[in-house]
Amino acid sequence: MSMGERPYKIVIGLEVHVQLLTESKLFCGCSTKFGAPPNTQTCPVCIGMPGVLPVMNRKAFELAVKTGLALNGEIARFSKWDRKNYYYPDLPKGYQISQYDLPICRGGYLDIPAEDGEGTRRIGIIRVHLEEDAGKSMHDEKAGRADSRIDLNRAGTPLLEIVTKPDLRSPTEAKTFLTELKLLLNYLEVSDCNMQEGSLRVDANINLHIPTDDGQYVATPIVEVKNMNSFRAVERALTYEAQRQYEAFLETGHKLGDVPKQTRGWDEDAQITRPQRSKEESSDYRYFPEPDLVPVTITEEELERIRATLGELPAEIRRRLQTTYQITAYDSDVIVNQGRAFVDYYCRLAQGCGDGKMAANWVQQDVLRTLNERQWTIAQFPVSADNLAELLRKVRGGELDTAKARMVFAEMVEQCCSAGEAIQRLGIVQVDEGELRRLCEELVAANPRVVAEVKAGKDKAIGSLVGQAKKRNPNINPARVKEICLELIQRQS
Amino acid sequence: MSLTRQEIEKVALLARLILTPEEVDEMTGQLGRVLEYMALLNEVDTEGVEPLAHAVEFANVFREDRVEKSLDREIALANAPHRDDECYLVPAVLGDV
Amino acid sequence: MTSLDRFPFDRCASELLVALRVGHVTSEDLVQAALAQIEKYDPHVGAFLAVRGEKALDQAREIDRRRARGEKLGLLAGIPVAVKDNLCMEGEPTTCASRMLANFVPPYDATVVARLKAADAVIIGKTNLDEFAMGGSTETSAFQKTRNPWDLERIPGGSSGGAAACVAARMVPLSVGSDTGGSIRQPAALCGVTGLKPTYGRVSRYGLVAFASSLDQIGPLAQSVEDCALLLEVLAGHDPRDATSINRPVPPYRELVFQRPDAIKIGYVPEMLSDGVSPDVVRTMEETLNVFRSLGAEIREVALPHARYAVATYYIMACSEASSNLARYDGVHYGYRTDEKAMLAELAEERRRLQQEGNLAALDDLDTALVRLYRKTRAEGFGAEVKRRIMLGTYALSAGYYDAYYLKALKVRRLIRQDYDQAFERVDMILGPVTPAPAFRIGEKINDPLAMYLFDLFTVSANLAGIPALAFPAGLSTEGLPIGVQLQGPPLSEERLLQMGYLFQQVTDWHRRRPPLIENDRLLS
Repeated sequence: MSMGERPYKIVIGLEVHVQLLTESKLFCGCSTKFGAPPNTQTCPVCIGMPGVLPVMNRKAFELAVKTGLALNGEIARFSKWDRKNYYYPDLPKGYQISQYDLPICRGGYLDIPAEDGEGTRRIGIIRVHLEEDAGKSMHDEKAGRADSRIDLNRAGTPLLEIVTKPDLRSPTEAKTFLTELKLLLNYLEVSDCNMQEGSLRVDANINLHIPTDDGQYVATPIVEVKNMNSFRAVERALTYEAQRQYEAFLETGHKLGDVPKQTRGWDEDAQITRPQRSKEESSDYRYFPEPDLVPVTITEEELERIRATLGELPAEIRRRLQTTYQITAYDSDVIVNQGRAFVDYYCRLAQGCGDGKMAANWVQQDVLRTLNERQWTIAQFPVSADNLAELLRKVRGGELDTAKARMVFAEMVEQCCSAGEAIQRLGIVQVDEGELRRLCEELVAANPRVVAEVKAGKDKAIGSLVGQAKKRNPNINPARVKEICLELIQRQS
Repeated sequence: MSLTRQEIEKVALLARLILTPEEVDEMTGQLGRVLEYMALLNEVDTEGVEPLAHAVEFANVFREDRVEKSLDREIALANAPHRDDECYLVPAVLGDV
Repeated sequence: MTSLDRFPFDRCASELLVALRVGHVTSEDLVQAALAQIEKYDPHVGAFLAVRGEKALDQAREIDRRRARGEKLGLLAGIPVAVKDNLCMEGEPTTCASRMLANFVPPYDATVVARLKAADAVIIGKTNLDEFAMGGSTETSAFQKTRNPWDLERIPGGSSGGAAACVAARMVPLSVGSDTGGSIRQPAALCGVTGLKPTYGRVSRYGLVAFASSLDQIGPLAQSVEDCALLLEVLAGHDPRDATSINRPVPPYRELVFQRPDAIKIGYVPEMLSDGVSPDVVRTMEETLNVFRSLGAEIREVALPHARYAVATYYIMACSEASSNLARYDGVHYGYRTDEKAMLAELAEERRRLQQEGNLAALDDLDTALVRLYRKTRAEGFGAEVKRRIMLGTYALSAGYYDAYYLKALKVRRLIRQDYDQAFERVDMILGPVTPAPAFRIGEKINDPLAMYLFDLFTVSANLAGIPALAFPAGLSTEGLPIGVQLQGPPLSEERLLQMGYLFQQVTDWHRRRPPLIENDRLLS
């Protein structure tokens, strides 16, 4: 059901946690590498042993600033740290070091492609702050254990919490936002945003605005939805939840404020949301300033220095590719989604061969296909942009038809050689333009009936001339032959 | 400033303590008296006074993003009251994800 | 090997270092003497929770060997030292005098312990304290009482009661304690020894089991100011593992202590010598001021207008931070855990009962197994005073009360600091009492928490302001109990405090007096 057809307006805000790409944890030197055996990446500090103290990871702080700048937020010149106190076995200190009243970044926005394909939608950011992750608690149903098992490898990993304004208007928009955020954070080298590995987690706050007869609307109670494990799950969960809330409203008439905020978990198997007992019932986190960490101040110079490391961001790159190389928004999306190195490859290729659209087709189809098949990154791809450009120039110049060019391309991939070398190896003889012309002149002269048909408007008749040309010389470029013959015929009349 | 038994019970839960009825009584009285004394601070005019959260004046203390050797798992778990060979164990937390 | 005095630790550590260097004694001799002294007197004093005799002897012998080989040795080479049991020592139980950590063996050294080892000190054992350093009498220790060597029926002070008592009883020449609201200075004063709380950040807190993070500091206790200077030099310095540690070079305190400072202005607050303070303390203060006058110091009156709010400010802050610092003791990752089976059975029984009663509301509110695990573990692992402070702190930080208590306290704290800043524009240091009275009897105040807290009124301000303070013996009460005074100075003014303290100890001998226990060498049964 599209937005226009629903009997209600959906209001969604997201709370996203991303793990930062640092080598070590936020407050200690333990590795943040994913997948290690339980409790092999811990130390007295992240275990929260008696007497230990935290010390801030400089890179984590800088990545947080980078993110805030990229999201067009206001970076706090003075940041402080606070303790969020609650009890849970995966939180060994009994408190989480986070930021409460002075987060590192306030405000900002991320523009995402509009659902209807026209332009962009601006999604507001409320705040971005830095905090430490908790460990993992695992419940082994199979073994019928009465215990939960606690692994502290993850405890102390740096997290960025990004809270959006409730600006998202549909579950699809929510998914788009996450996709765009992931792209941005990948480009910034801030986070992998890989939900399967847990480096991105998202909770959603959703409610409905249901129009009333007098032109006003009534808001339903806000529900927090948790436990969504993929971007698609986010879309499905929120779609389900929106409809559920509407039905609930029709049944109970509950408005915002009538009942306390509910937490519901998404059940991937059953494809429904279920009420969840919140971890800390009516949580009183007793925030107070973290005495073990001194504040952080940042000067204008430092901010500019960090701003200079952002690099060109996805939205800018898309625009630039479209204007500079005359390609479509879709094309630029595909290219940008592959990362900076791929963008660089494309640009060099487009410049080298002089045809942005052709370059775009080739990278999206041939190059990307090959990369996927061979599980290569663009950095590992054996055909340099310059070499591929040479090949494409030959296609543009008529020396090779597309079919042959693909063969040459395949050879270049296998042999890591230039276009010229590949052509030679394959024994493709390039027919030069002069010879081609002479051939065409001969054929035109020898086929007056075909010429007459073409003149009469039957363009397809030219196919016979092309067929004859091929028989005479298998190396001809059929498209070029067709062009030249048509040109000759037109000149006649 | 008199505390009710109910408030004491609420604070005890927040502090993850469990008090016997006698302790609740005793605590209500003792804490009540102490809090009464704390009310002395209301005499002080702190309008426009910045809180002093840190005795040291400096800021910006960092460590570099370098990996250091973690504790051997056996050593890390050595003090754990209840464990299996890899993890700490606690009574099952329902609704775990 | 030459013979030793009856009490080798009557001598300063500096003297002992000379004796060691010239070969009059070996480190093994000193450790043997310490162990003998501990064996004789500690059954009565109860200063030590753990004595690592064999390991200490091994270490001592090794140091003697290295000395014989002509190797370079650390500043405290071969000197026996005692360490308060809230400082982590790798491979040794660190209990904080609590059932909660009775079996906790840290896999790491506190930075100060590492520094002691690097200085080749021989750590003899861990001393008793109030549980988690919360207290002023060492009575809240879960394991044993420590008694004041000057009168075994009286408290040694706290929370570093064991550290002060073992020095007073001549068991070791040096000990290391911690001071959050007076916990070095107060027991030093009550036991007739010298103790220093450094500037906040001067000594790394890494490995000190946290009580109140923004107030805790580690410091030396000894019989003399010069020994405190020596030990401070070893303990002090920047530590990259403590983000609040000051990054400035450590002055050679052990040399600077002997320098005579230039014209010093000493302030005192007349209000501190008024009612509520025992006549013995007042007299001692006046005599001390006279001594300083005779030494050439100019004495001035100063005002610390917000001093009367210090105790309230301190207790709100300290208890709030403590309630958070002690949240980690939950029986999950280390430390005491309640008997889980019994707990689950009890919980099941409660559930059955409530179901029978049909009490749905209470059933819904019933603790989960995990929550009950935490609650029982903490209720059984912590003593009464710790629980009281956790409750107070939790309340002060809880929703709706933060502004009125914790935030308010932080603001008053700034005013207290400003008082000192202003006073230090007029004087170089402030002389004042440490306690309003000498040591009280064991059991006298334990049931009156507020009375106990008010005993701290003179010491907490230095912690709130983060400034250094040196406590040293300055007299005896009419009953023969030690009375100490303290010099407080601006941040990082330790040298001058030590210099003045040293001068005082050159012209007086209070610090050389021995407790009757030692003086009479009575064997008590």
